[in-house]
Amino acid sequence: MLTKLVAWMDERIPLTATWNKHVGKYPTPKNFNFWYFFGSLALLVLVNQLLTGIWLTMNYNPSAEGAFASVEYIMRDVEWGWLIRYMHSTGASAFFVVVYLHMFRALLYGSYQKPRELLWLFGMGIFVVLMAEAFMGYLLPWGQMSFWGAQVIISLFGAIPVIGEDLTLWIRGDYVISGATLTRFFALHVIALPLVLVALVFLHIVALHEVGSNNPDGIEIKKNKGPDGWPKDAIPFHPYYTVKDIVGVAGFLILFCAVIFFAPGMGGLFLEPPNFEAANPLKTPAHIAPVWYFTPFYAILRAVPDKLFGVIAMGASIVILFVLPWLDRCKVKSFRYRSTLHKLNIVQFAISFVVLGYLGLQPATDLFTWMARAFTLLYFGFFIALWLYSKNEKTKPLPERVT
Amino acid sequence: MLALLVPFAALAAGGGEYPLEKAPVDQDDTASLQRGAKLFMNYCFGCHSTQYQRYQRVAEDLQIPVDLMQQHLMFVPGAKIGDLMENSMADKDAAKWFGAAPPDLTLVARVRGADWIYTYLHTFYADPKRPWGVNNLVFKDVGMPHVLQELQGVPSLVDEERMVDGKVETHKVLKTDGSGELSTDEYDQAVADIVNFLVYAAEPMQQERKSLGIWVMLFLAVFFVLAYLLKKEYWRDVH
Amino acid sequence: MSNAPVDNGRRRFLTVATAVVGGAGAAFVAVPFLKSWNPSAKAKAAGAPVEVNISKLEPGQLIRVEWRGKPVWVTRRTPEVLAQLATLDDQLRDAASEEPQQPDYAKNPYRSIRDEVFVAVGICTHLGCSPLFLDGNFGEQVAGVDHGFFCPCHGSKFDMAGRVFSGVPAPLNLVVPPYHFVDDNTILVGVDQGEA
Repeated sequence: MLTKLVAWMDERIPLTATWNKHVGKYPTPKNFNFWYFFGSLALLVLVNQLLTGIWLTMNYNPSAEGAFASVEYIMRDVEWGWLIRYMHSTGASAFFVVVYLHMFRALLYGSYQKPRELLWLFGMGIFVVLMAEAFMGYLLPWGQMSFWGAQVIISLFGAIPVIGEDLTLWIRGDYVISGATLTRFFALHVIALPLVLVALVFLHIVALHEVGSNNPDGIEIKKNKGPDGWPKDAIPFHPYYTVKDIVGVAGFLILFCAVIFFAPGMGGLFLEPPNFEAANPLKTPAHIAPVWYFTPFYAILRAVPDKLFGVIAMGASIVILFVLPWLDRCKVKSFRYRSTLHKLNIVQFAISFVVLGYLGLQPATDLFTWMARAFTLLYFGFFIALWLYSKNEKTKPLPERVT
Repeated sequence: MLALLVPFAALAAGGGEYPLEKAPVDQDDTASLQRGAKLFMNYCFGCHSTQYQRYQRVAEDLQIPVDLMQQHLMFVPGAKIGDLMENSMADKDAAKWFGAAPPDLTLVARVRGADWIYTYLHTFYADPKRPWGVNNLVFKDVGMPHVLQELQGVPSLVDEERMVDGKVETHKVLKTDGSGELSTDEYDQAVADIVNFLVYAAEPMQQERKSLGIWVMLFLAVFFVLAYLLKKEYWRDVH
Repeated sequence: MSNAPVDNGRRRFLTVATAVVGGAGAAFVAVPFLKSWNPSAKAKAAGAPVEVNISKLEPGQLIRVEWRGKPVWVTRRTPEVLAQLATLDDQLRDAASEEPQQPDYAKNPYRSIRDEVFVAVGICTHLGCSPLFLDGNFGEQVAGVDHGFFCPCHGSKFDMAGRVFSGVPAPLNLVVPPYHFVDDNTILVGVDQGEA
């Protein structure tokens, strides 16, 4: 019965062929480690965000008068609304945790290098859209942090010479953040950006499966095929990586649900206390910090003592990631076979990123500002140093087969 | 009656933020929550609404029978049991009387934290320069009168000398004149009850959330073990 | 790939066990999403029982109150109307109220607790329009009957006990909601006698 149905479908749409190409017979390197869980986890979180987001939309009221109260309505009056809301708010942070680790994996094993530059660019596109999605979503609860956070970020555009002021006015649709801003952010957050995000994720996966997955050794498994044309170091994605990814999902869900059920605010990191107060355009909270996932870039912004150059520096810290495949001129991908200098550079970059993230959460004292400047230099230093040393880097010999 | 010393508010001579006292919050203590609700409705609700929660939910969660709730805890004329707990004071009047409209307190425990409220309600002191004759150590120049004064008595800030490392230091200390209806311990308990109720009001599903969470964790643990064994079994092919 | 023998039994058992537990998990996750569609506390509060004071309700008069967002009619029938109701049986589809369109205490010739006071949900059982109360000119619809309800959407007709006439689109009598008398002049619509 089922076989017949599949056969009927196969005559009309490439059902079995698609399954085999992307899952059933997709040749996957057999040496994936812990770091390779985060791609499938990102997909899981995306599905979580889409589902819970659709359900939240059913009871949310995108108006300056009703937004805050409708969130509390969801938390109190709608059956299980609190769980759906916490799944969404925790999911937002989880998305960035997973995506940052996924990107760090690419950095470790050179997964951005030729021939995976386009794969990396699609990934960066996802990252940027995700940031826009998170930023606009954060306005929707219409709390004090929603309002003043959006106020600060939109004001950044005012730093652009000549058109800046008009641009901020146009983005807000009003002289301050208002109901007009809220409804347009709502439309973008629930319709436009999710569509773009899903399209980019699709392209990301298509590009990945075209060139094939990289692996912790950074060697191409396609170069070493058996007589049947199957790469000797590959195993089919299904069942081996489906069952492995399920373990990853279970582990992730334990952490994810621990946050949802025991610390949904995550000590003020995932849900900021001032955001439980309704937006008040006449009163700024004592200390405004963006949500944690933006703070590394926010720290770079604050480190520069000039509005325009601060914005440029912050923009550059993200844009420079796009050109990473061309900054790294080394032919060896994985850090395992690269120079000590490269390893140290990656370590200092990771530390700088985390420290900047911490600094972005703190009030800007003198000491912290100077630290932010130092670590901003180290952040950019990573890319400059990489470009310099990667041309003639002393690497170790690559193995024939994956280890 | 002797002036009662409140050990609570020994203010360090230096500046900086006022150190917060730990609030004894216990969401399983239904009796405390009920007392807190009663105190809140009697002393706070005249000015502060809790407009995101409903009388009915509070009655159910705190195990207060509906008729008792209606008789003793619902003062807004015409309020029905299913209504949101709004109050009838107009924002404009309130702003005129207090300088600013008294904020809604449904979520105050999530905004400020239980410890802040607990300390705040302990640190009023007489200050003739202020419109209501009181000031507050945690919330400087607050626009609110000391509504619990009839319970606590009139607190004032006095200098007290103390020996610290062999030297005499002067500390500011809060003392009440003992005119309140409650003893110091009873007042501490009353404030703790109010804070407990506000912590409940800020997240009424928190107990349900935690108890459900334990089952979710157990379920996921089982699932994790099964998934791990399944993975091990299949990967014997590879290793 | 190694050549170790595969224990198919263990493999199948673990696959099924993981699938069953995972499936149960997915079912658990679905519950909050499905239940969130139930009426919220706000909807339930708005749908709370409604008190109706009938002390000023004149014979022949009809008042409308809102209960769960629906119109509920309360009318005081005159002795003439009550007398005529008993004579209409052969023109009606369900004269004896066999269909469960009313609480048991309203399953009687007048479909009411007290003979003269009639309470019904004013929603046509055909497609949900609210019928008109034709007070004196119902004879245009049913010859010889002066009072009744007429649905303007598809022409369904009901007598003064909410019973549907034969030969109209509506299949069932009008719904009588749960209600009871709190005292002589007060009706509580939405709860049966003795229910909290």
